[in-house]
Amino acid sequence: MSYDVLVIGGGPAGLSAAVNVRARGRSVLVVSNSDTENPLYRAERVDNYPGLPGVTGPELLEALHRHAEAAGASFLEGRALSAMRMGETWYVSVGSDMVDALSVVLAAGVSRGKKFPGEAAFLGRGVSYCATCDGMLYRGRPVAVLGYSESARREGEFLREIGCAVTYFDRPKQCTITGGDRVESVTCDGVTVPAEGVFILRPTLAPTDLFPELTVENGHVIVDRRMATNLPGLFAAGDCTGGPLQAVKAAGEGLVAGQSAAAYAAEVLRAQK
Amino acid sequence: MAIKHLTTAGFDAEVAAAPLAMVDFWASWCGPCKMLSPVIDSLAGQYAGKVLVGKVNVDEEPELARRFGVMSIPTVVFLKDGEEFDRKVGVMPAEAFTAVLDSHL
Repeated sequence: MSYDVLVIGGGPAGLSAAVNVRARGRSVLVVSNSDTENPLYRAERVDNYPGLPGVTGPELLEALHRHAEAAGASFLEGRALSAMRMGETWYVSVGSDMVDALSVVLAAGVSRGKKFPGEAAFLGRGVSYCATCDGMLYRGRPVAVLGYSESARREGEFLREIGCAVTYFDRPKQCTITGGDRVESVTCDGVTVPAEGVFILRPTLAPTDLFPELTVENGHVIVDRRMATNLPGLFAAGDCTGGPLQAVKAAGEGLVAGQSAAAYAAEVLRAQK
Repeated sequence: MAIKHLTTAGFDAEVAAAPLAMVDFWASWCGPCKMLSPVIDSLAGQYAGKVLVGKVNVDEEPELARRFGVMSIPTVVFLKDGEEFDRKVGVMPAEAFTAVLDSHL
């Protein structure tokens, strides 16, 4: 699947970006979790979104989604897991799919919570962020799922179906992963279970887990006035660039990032002609 | 040299016959593996005649995946005279692989 612009994140920033990419006549794909997993979905009332006083989070998300859809944006539900630029093209993997685009808008919100002790050290040696990718390697073995979203529950079910012995931790607060060469067990909120695999399924990856070369400060992506990051063709908008964590700020940044990303893609296409 | 699709039966002979080998463990259900695939393809061309660039489908060859303790895909294993000396887990740009190969050629 090839697009001019890929938007990672389906909140106000990402959907606003998608609308504005379409307004510039470029194709756009929005990769995101379902609306119900968006933090805005839980907002009972948003009082500072101009023109829509008292709108509820779900109403606002639905309106934004409909707007982007009517503008001609495409959608793919899932989590972006890895990204890499080759030549003039960004490649991003989403579950078992891969999509590519000339420019990318990162609008995936904030990744809440720090990494757990052992998480980074055992990454690839038992710790995984992708049940679809690595589940089969753990058939018939004990695994733990640290689930932080509804889709994590489905991924836990998938692991069970393919024959893993699954312990599911629902939004554990504090976990420690231990082992020698490989993961042997995990302790979450005082409960220890043996596990050869630990699947940590958060709603969104930290920006630098997805883009290792990205410049961030205190976890926030550094952008300029055009919402450009330090990486070519990568723009960022919304909560991931820092506060205030408000829908209207996100939508405004999404507008700028969408226009910048569309212009960047157009420039690459012109140069290729 | 084209990419070799390695099987459990042929693995040892193929890899031992090459002074230097680089083997990509992958599966069709894995998005990150699809991303790495063009990188591996280009390396196979770049190092033709010097490095055996192989692929192992962990779905079809689970024994090889077990033997090498592959716990996350994509995993790329580097072997010299049939012995593993390095590995890279996850999607990485071509330079991450060429650095290992160039220092052992």
